[in-house]
Amino acid sequence: MFGPEQGHFALALACVLALIQFVVPLWGAHKRNARLVAMAPFLAVSQLFALAISFFSLIICAVRDDFSVQNVAANSAASKPLLYKITGVWGNHEGSVLLWTLILGVCGAAVSTFGRNLPDILRGRVLAVLGGVSAGFQLFCLLTSDPFDRVFPAPMDGQGMNPLLQDPGLAFHPPILYTGYVGFAVPFAFAVAALLEGRVDAAWGRWVRPWAVAAWCFLTCGIALGSWWSYYVLGWGGYWFWDPVENASLIPWLTGTALVHSAIVVEKREGLKIWTVLLAIATFSFSLSGTFLVRSGILNSVHAFANDPARGVFILALLALVIGGSLALFAWRAPSLTSGGLFSPVSREGSLVLNNILLCSICAVVVTGTMYPPFMQLLAGRTISVGKPFFDAATIPLTIPLLLAMGVGTALPWKRAQLARTFSHLFVAAILAAIGLVLCFWKFSGALPIACGALAIWVMAASVTDVLRRIGLGHSSRSEMLARAKSLPRSSWGAALAHIGAGITVLGLCGMSGAQHAIVEIHVGETRSLAGDDWTLVNVHDYAGPNYRAMQADIAVRHNGKLVTMLHPEKRDFTTQNQTTTEVAIHTNFITDLYGVVGDRHGTGADATYVLRLHKNPLAPWMWLGGLVMAIGGAFSLSDRRLRVGAPKRSAARTMAKA
Amino acid sequence: MNATRRGLLTALPIVGAGVLGVGFWKMLQGMESGGFDPRAIKNPNVGRPIPEFAMPGLPGLGDGFTDKELKAETRPVLVNFFASWCIPCVQEMPGLRSISRNMPIWGIAYEDKPENASAFVQRDGTPYARVASDRHGRVAIDWGVTGVPESFLVAPGGRILWHGSAALDPQIYDAEIRPRLAGL
Amino acid sequence: MKRLSALLLAVALAGGGIALAVDDPSEMLPNSVQEKRAEAIGAHLRCLVCQNESIEDSSAPLARDLRKVVREQVAAGKSDQQIMDWMGDRYGEFIRLAPQFSWSTALLWLMPALALVAGLVIAWRATRSRIVTPVPLSDDERARLDALSGRE
Repeated sequence: MFGPEQGHFALALACVLALIQFVVPLWGAHKRNARLVAMAPFLAVSQLFALAISFFSLIICAVRDDFSVQNVAANSAASKPLLYKITGVWGNHEGSVLLWTLILGVCGAAVSTFGRNLPDILRGRVLAVLGGVSAGFQLFCLLTSDPFDRVFPAPMDGQGMNPLLQDPGLAFHPPILYTGYVGFAVPFAFAVAALLEGRVDAAWGRWVRPWAVAAWCFLTCGIALGSWWSYYVLGWGGYWFWDPVENASLIPWLTGTALVHSAIVVEKREGLKIWTVLLAIATFSFSLSGTFLVRSGILNSVHAFANDPARGVFILALLALVIGGSLALFAWRAPSLTSGGLFSPVSREGSLVLNNILLCSICAVVVTGTMYPPFMQLLAGRTISVGKPFFDAATIPLTIPLLLAMGVGTALPWKRAQLARTFSHLFVAAILAAIGLVLCFWKFSGALPIACGALAIWVMAASVTDVLRRIGLGHSSRSEMLARAKSLPRSSWGAALAHIGAGITVLGLCGMSGAQHAIVEIHVGETRSLAGDDWTLVNVHDYAGPNYRAMQADIAVRHNGKLVTMLHPEKRDFTTQNQTTTEVAIHTNFITDLYGVVGDRHGTGADATYVLRLHKNPLAPWMWLGGLVMAIGGAFSLSDRRLRVGAPKRSAARTMAKA
Repeated sequence: MNATRRGLLTALPIVGAGVLGVGFWKMLQGMESGGFDPRAIKNPNVGRPIPEFAMPGLPGLGDGFTDKELKAETRPVLVNFFASWCIPCVQEMPGLRSISRNMPIWGIAYEDKPENASAFVQRDGTPYARVASDRHGRVAIDWGVTGVPESFLVAPGGRILWHGSAALDPQIYDAEIRPRLAGL
Repeated sequence: MKRLSALLLAVALAGGGIALAVDDPSEMLPNSVQEKRAEAIGAHLRCLVCQNESIEDSSAPLARDLRKVVREQVAAGKSDQQIMDWMGDRYGEFIRLAPQFSWSTALLWLMPALALVAGLVIAWRATRSRIVTPVPLSDDERARLDALSGRE
């Protein structure tokens, strides 16, 4: 039932359904034909069904070791563990494109299911746009990256998988990251539909925001997971390289964060409408360009694993159609959108504007830095590098005012703020930040980590005091406070959590700037000290794993003579693939990571020495923990009932009446 | 804000995206035709005199050479960095042998054990007029070498005319090196 | 690309290079102040055969050689600028992870200020022009306003 031919057929069927989903509702909306428009949800769900069959078929092919399928033969092997046979399906170009379209299908079906309170015409147009994008990428899959391509004669065994990819972290990283990227297709579709309709209002802002927040949560998690993966796999404590592929995920994250904030202004104040529409288009455009241009091999990146210019041309044409089409529509229709209400610069919406300016400036820096080398080479024939020192120098000065504004913004009321009152609200947070500054002086070294650390504490303190003030701490009884806490919108809790998460991440980054490491070469039994701890190489032994030989070291870490932990880093030789990997040993108490790596053995017997790399990474786990807290904050605000029921329905009825 | 200015502002994104798109299209075209290599590294030493160096030879293959000897040559010389552990270098050898019938090639063994390099060069007949050993890769750094094989065309007097970072073959010789020799 | 760097890349991708990330401790300078300085300089130098990694982060043989050179020169009392220039002389602009400011990199370096100023100017003009000429509400908008205010 789920063979490669069935999968291939299901993919083609999905593509046809997507094309119908693209054309019919748009035509129906144009002709005001409610029945044609009403076909959209059904088409979206059927498309997902076909895609799911297709994707499941590919998984079955991999699980059954069907090496007549080129993709399985090239990326799997009979001896591979079952888990990695399944996750390996999206560990290669063809499979990952199929996963990409599957997630897009899920988004379409989600809009059909959860968007019942949307006006029919708007929903029809949104689904049509999603269908159009789907159809494009399914064609890409079918025409240039067919995962079901056969090979004849079928090889006896597959070529296996890179051992580095056989890692649970990496196995689940792509689906989460892709869900983030693809999720922004929904706000994009809403933006295009609004441009087609010619109007954006508060209700539109209210509909778009949850989709944007959901995508943002996944993207945040995806980025954090990717960074964590490089930290524990690459073996020298690095967590962010400013590689084009990392920038490709950071760029939509920055515009997506701006979108999540500017949509609030649309919802509450009907302001920033044109800007929000542009952000929605830009975020998905960056997601698309990021995922696919990185693969075209243009950007000098490690991750260009589909170095095939033919695919590149197809992708570029597709991007031109999707991005160019939507931006042309924007240039044509946006000027006719009504302007929003007026507001004072010193107000909640004013601070959100500043937040958008700063986030988009950082984004502009990252885009420019990523694009400069290839364009320099194209236009001037010169090869230059733009790396970490540049990005650090150019983004940190923009991040500092952003952190400052994050604290102030939450304390400002809508419309117009009275400065004196705002300052009194922020008084406690400012005192906490001052205490934080002293703490940072004590714990961190260097002006930048100290300043950023204090600002991170400022952000967290402002969020906490804001929530406490709103539940009436200090002038209400306990039961009254509890009642207020319950009635405080979940989106406020979510926002506070997300800001606290951002503060945690920044503190983690500041802490990591004080990381210490040592590279030592010692005999078994010898001790070296690093940053107040004594590291003793207790023993080294060899053992045989399922498909590798390993050398494992036992390292005891003592603080003032007391055993803190035993670390067991390994070095593994995968003989069949002729590769070596290191298994880092990390001990964390959520404040500091002790991080050990074992390297080469020199000499033999009792005389043998071992090269060890020892790291002490203060606050390292906070970098990713903060990302998780941010995502939880986003999820919390998603559960806000106001986002789902009430106003949209009434407004929907009116739109229908107008139509 | 007035309508025209607003229209101009809303047209900005598509103009920007268009410029980027055209750029990417050119790059893809260049990648197909070979005119654009995103991994290419431009060697800044082309057009400059060769750096100073003195290197020992390989066992059984003479005494090595210095920058002064290279500068004193009256014919153009092709300087080729190689190593016995490098697979493209092995593939390059037949090509080098055929080029060596047209012009002298001086080889520099990069980060290689002298005995290994010597055996490697002599296995199927050496293409090199002279060979030297850059045991720790320090001379290579002065030449701006990032890996092996890399080759430099050196004019009489010691100016570097051309740098190539691919395995050499007669086609590259005809396309890149011969026209430059004609210009001398 | 058929040469060593491609091979190295493949190895680095495959993880072979990563195992080597533990390096020779003897290459570190005994003077910890000098070693810190060498590390800071190395963080600004690109490992030419790697992707966006500095020579301090990389395990490629070339990066190791360049690290040695940096430490020798630091020990010999060369200034940061001299060492960077020495490297730039041999490998060109490509080796600097932060390109030098010049006419051709002006757009890159000025982008933070440019983007910030452009954003502020657009925002300022948008709010100001709107305050000067408030757009009168159309009937449709008035109806929606009523509906919205009734709803809240």
